[in-house]
Amino acid sequence: MKRKLVSLMLVAAMTAGVVAGCGSNSDSGSNSNDSSESGDSDDGSGKVYYLNFKPEQDEAWQDLAKAYTDETGVEVTVLTAADGTYESTLKSEMAKDVKPTLFQVNGPVGLATWKDYCADLSGSDVYSHLTSEDYALKDGSSVLGVAYVIETYGIIYNKTILNDYISMDNAVVSSIDEINNFDTLKAVADDIQSRLSEINDQFGYNLKGAFTSAGMDSSSDWRFKTHLANLPIYYEYKADGIGSTDAIKGTYLDNYKKVWDLYITDATCEPGLLSSKTGDEAESEFGMQQAVFYQNGTWEYGNLTNDENGYEVTADDFSMMPIYIGVDGEENQGLCTGSENYWCVNSQASEDDQQATLDFLNWVITSDTGRDSLANVMGFTTPFDSFADGYVADNCLIKADQSYTAAGKTPVTWCFTTMPSENWKDGVGSALLEYAQGTGDWDGVVSAFVDGWATEYAAAN
Amino acid sequence: MEKAIKRYFPIFALPTLLAFTLGFIVPFLMGIYLSFCEFTTVTDATFVGIKNYTRVFTDPTFIHALWYTALFTIVSVITINVFAFIIAMLLTKGIKGTNFFRTVFFMPNLIGGIVLGYIWQILLNGILANFGKTLTFSSSYGFWGLIILMNWQQVGYMMVIYIAGIQNIPGELIEAAKIDGANGPQLLANVTLPMVMPSITICTFLTLTNSFKLFDQNMALTGGEPSNSSQMLALNIFDTFYGRNGWEGVGQAKAVIFFILVAIIAVTQNTLTREKEVQQ
Repeated sequence: MKRKLVSLMLVAAMTAGVVAGCGSNSDSGSNSNDSSESGDSDDGSGKVYYLNFKPEQDEAWQDLAKAYTDETGVEVTVLTAADGTYESTLKSEMAKDVKPTLFQVNGPVGLATWKDYCADLSGSDVYSHLTSEDYALKDGSSVLGVAYVIETYGIIYNKTILNDYISMDNAVVSSIDEINNFDTLKAVADDIQSRLSEINDQFGYNLKGAFTSAGMDSSSDWRFKTHLANLPIYYEYKADGIGSTDAIKGTYLDNYKKVWDLYITDATCEPGLLSSKTGDEAESEFGMQQAVFYQNGTWEYGNLTNDENGYEVTADDFSMMPIYIGVDGEENQGLCTGSENYWCVNSQASEDDQQATLDFLNWVITSDTGRDSLANVMGFTTPFDSFADGYVADNCLIKADQSYTAAGKTPVTWCFTTMPSENWKDGVGSALLEYAQGTGDWDGVVSAFVDGWATEYAAAN
Repeated sequence: MEKAIKRYFPIFALPTLLAFTLGFIVPFLMGIYLSFCEFTTVTDATFVGIKNYTRVFTDPTFIHALWYTALFTIVSVITINVFAFIIAMLLTKGIKGTNFFRTVFFMPNLIGGIVLGYIWQILLNGILANFGKTLTFSSSYGFWGLIILMNWQQVGYMMVIYIAGIQNIPGELIEAAKIDGANGPQLLANVTLPMVMPSITICTFLTLTNSFKLFDQNMALTGGEPSNSSQMLALNIFDTFYGRNGWEGVGQAKAVIFFILVAIIAVTQNTLTREKEVQQ
């Protein structure tokens, strides 16, 4: 009898082990605070569970969550999805018992997927702090998403090297300010590319190309299939006076081709190698002063200046210029500024949790700790009025944007949030790569861009 | 004794049965149900009938992945089994260091697919870089890269099974054949091969299903690039489910079709090779 009892207990223990094994597995996401289950008993106050999009800011969010818990006792869990897996992580997290109460969508297209999960934020504090209605994602009269970071991208350039180049004989420009259209940019890049060894000999650099590698690995291809593709879309929308479309015409695709040709020709590597070049490689090429131009955005500031990376460039060395694609009047074009990060509160979470989440957000954008973290640790430019008094990120790339705006240049809006689907971007990316390595022609890009848009739009709507 | 086994049957079977139900049967049935639904998260689905199944066949990437996978399976089943058998024959001849070689050949099998995929990506890209190309240059590079990888990984495992089969052949049988004047090729064709037929059944079954279901190595080595042209079925299903909003149900429908395909192929293969097995 005793033995039977023992074996029964063993079986029970085994079964429990199996079940618990499954259960805890699903909860112990890589970066979670790991306190979701051990939390103190429910005293009516809700919990916050934030699914963070930006891996580079994970640590900052964890610290912020801890500070909030220390201050108020409200439990905040932050989980960060690995690079490029946000949608899939969100999909599986949302299907669990403990769902994220706070997540993000990337704009109108992302919102269409998650609309049913977004609570109306129109009466919330975080919405009332927005400096402009443009930074809210709306569906009819309800506010479903609130942007929390304004970002800018363009061509980051190494002004030290560029100035050294300009000081050489026969340089095609006499000042960086002269580079305000595509033709000049191309002339400069071509000249640098053809005189690499001359520049290296004269100034002791280790330049390998004018542009960093236009890597088409998934860690880097969004720079071209999304960010660069924004420009032809922006100009087409502008010419047609629209803000989105169900069928793109591709009026400015020749310009897209010109700039893509420039990126892959005047570069640090052969086009055949692009398919496996990563974002990190491009970053380090710029950081180690192997290239002069690097298309990326304000978020790169932290990586480029981080001492741990051991880069040779310092904050004084680089700045950012607009991406010129050869359109008339582009001398007045500014950098590309917008947001693709909108906070949404999960409408399927309990009332308490939703309220706790809104309180947390309000604390993040109004308290000293929160504002300091967002502006100085994460380096965000936010669209909230509460940051006006002294919480401005110290980031030379953001300052470059401010000086372009101050000089009266028109910022390019982020039209890529209206791209019909991820699949469309992938199609364009693959076609760009095939064109670059010579296994496909430019017609492939045009077809992926124009026909793909119509197909994907129809499939998604 | 038998009574005791019967009495304790639930105790022994229940934990496994429970784990099997939770880990396999429930998700399987749920998956079939979801393939008839439209959904964003799996807990919140609306029934739409067979719409997903009709959409599967309008998706050109699926058809391409199907052929690509079939081709890959054929090539890899043949190469893996031929190499494994040859090595097994060599390592049963009693040459010096047999045990050492067996261990070495078996070792790649202990490394996980994702890790292998990345290691081989670095290796092969390192070689291809000399020609200004990479693995994702075109789908045939990815194809042969994957074949090399799978051979490297699986040959050792299949070799062990073949060695066991070869060692099981009674010595008298071979001796008798030799006395009757059988030469090397005859010995191989009329004695060794029929005698190791059970091993061949197992090995073809394993390589066939492994190749057809291949996922990790495919994802790590090429990720389906370029233009999804080196994408195999499992990866195609994964990308449809997670990569395309509004296509989750279609991904699920593909998974059901995939299951049926694998089941048909495995059962057919098993019956076919079983018929060739001989009784000692």
